[in-house]
Amino acid sequence: MSSLFPDPLIISELRKSFGERHAVNGVSFSVGASEFVALLGPNGAGKSTLFQMLSGLFVPDSGTASVTGFDIGKEPIAALARLGIVFQQPALDLDLTVEANLRFQTDLHGIPRSEARQRITYWLQRFGLTERAAEPCRQLSGGTRRKVELARALLSQPQLLLMDEATVGIDPASRNAILNDVKTLCREQAMGVLWATHLVDEAEAADRIIVMAEGTVRFTGTPKELIKLDGHKNLTEAFLHLTRKEARA
Amino acid sequence: MKLMHGWLALQAITGREVHKFVRQPGRLASSLVRPLLWMVVFAAGFRQMPDLGNVIPFDPNLDYRLYMVPGLAMMVCLFNGMQSSLAMVYDREMGVMRLLLTAPLPRDYLLACKLASGAFLSLLQALAYMAIVVVWGIGLSPWQVLISLPILLAGALMISAFGLVLSVYIRQLENFAGTMNFVIFPMFFLSSALYPIQRMHDAGAEWIYRVAMFNPFTHAVEAMLGVVIVSTIVFYMIAAAGYDPQRGLVKNARGG
Repeated sequence: MSSLFPDPLIISELRKSFGERHAVNGVSFSVGASEFVALLGPNGAGKSTLFQMLSGLFVPDSGTASVTGFDIGKEPIAALARLGIVFQQPALDLDLTVEANLRFQTDLHGIPRSEARQRITYWLQRFGLTERAAEPCRQLSGGTRRKVELARALLSQPQLLLMDEATVGIDPASRNAILNDVKTLCREQAMGVLWATHLVDEAEAADRIIVMAEGTVRFTGTPKELIKLDGHKNLTEAFLHLTRKEARA
Repeated sequence: MKLMHGWLALQAITGREVHKFVRQPGRLASSLVRPLLWMVVFAAGFRQMPDLGNVIPFDPNLDYRLYMVPGLAMMVCLFNGMQSSLAMVYDREMGVMRLLLTAPLPRDYLLACKLASGAFLSLLQALAYMAIVVVWGIGLSPWQVLISLPILLAGALMISAFGLVLSVYIRQLENFAGTMNFVIFPMFFLSSALYPIQRMHDAGAEWIYRVAMFNPFTHAVEAMLGVVIVSTIVFYMIAAAGYDPQRGLVKNARGG
């Protein structure tokens, strides 16, 4: 933790309960620079609660999470400045144009206007959105909206990118495109990526898979290791086995 | 937080609200039609009824429509404030609120930006309304509008802040009718917007009078009424002095 270049994300013994229910029950792991980590878990595994804590929206009951060494609870502003988030729920202002949505973000991050213009131009071009820059987001398809949200998250040059079930409700082609884009960017920008999903095929491409169920981490390792575990034939089988309720015992 | 960062964020938040407002001409229209309906239609019959005369400091010849101006200007702010608070609820439902809350800025500052943007829009609308009244020519002067500006702003901020509090507790978007019934109307009627609250006291409606005295909206209206009255007196004295051939401005002007 005290190294010169701390990992983009270090989570230690994070806990959050809602009444009697332990949504996140002592989770610890880290995400390194240029590492693409898939957080795989069924619905209700606690992924979203975990993400809410990582983005500072929920306060954990105990434990810590730090982004490039900045504790999200103690130094939220420094941590948030290094964090890019694509939320599970779309968070675009549909009445604003693509460009205005992006500029809203650069303003919120305090990126000077001239610098912001360059970055916006760059990312629009990169995602093939240049021609749609002046269109209100309402006119865009679900997949394109997601691309805009991804571009928006990258504007502040984050060191950690959180993707919270970012491909829900998007057709397979767009889903693949976004997954590949993020994988490429992960290497190229040397940023850590935490990709939450309940879809096993999305996790296949990851450097590391963290399987979460009922608020706890069930497995950490490469996709290959996950398949080898207990001699399963494929990821899906291994995943289903791990997250079955009986697997607790 | 760096100053420039704060400024950019304030611009972004306010700019977004203004942009939205500009795209909805109906909203401006309705914010202007509402007070003008009160002034034209309601006051048409009602202006004979309230006796403003013997409540200090009102001029017995004060035009009732002029009396209504501060209350209605504040009502414009009240409607906008409530609309801003519903816009917060909308932002929360649409996820934009998450974007705001995950911006690398202190949460209090972001809230203050929201407050400022709501008050700014209120101010624009109230000024547009007052400009119409000035042009109408029932005796409101541009100077009075200008002088009342700080109080109008203070009132708009107060109402916006109240709206922010409400936005925490309003869970659904469909609640504008409820807001009208339980917030806007009580605040407006339990104040001196339509007649001096002294009248409630005189009429023996003691508890209504007390509630009205407790209502911050009353004090916003009173403060503006105060400005209207005081500035009327000040202008009158300047004018009177100007017309005094012994030592007035008119003589000086002539002398110079």
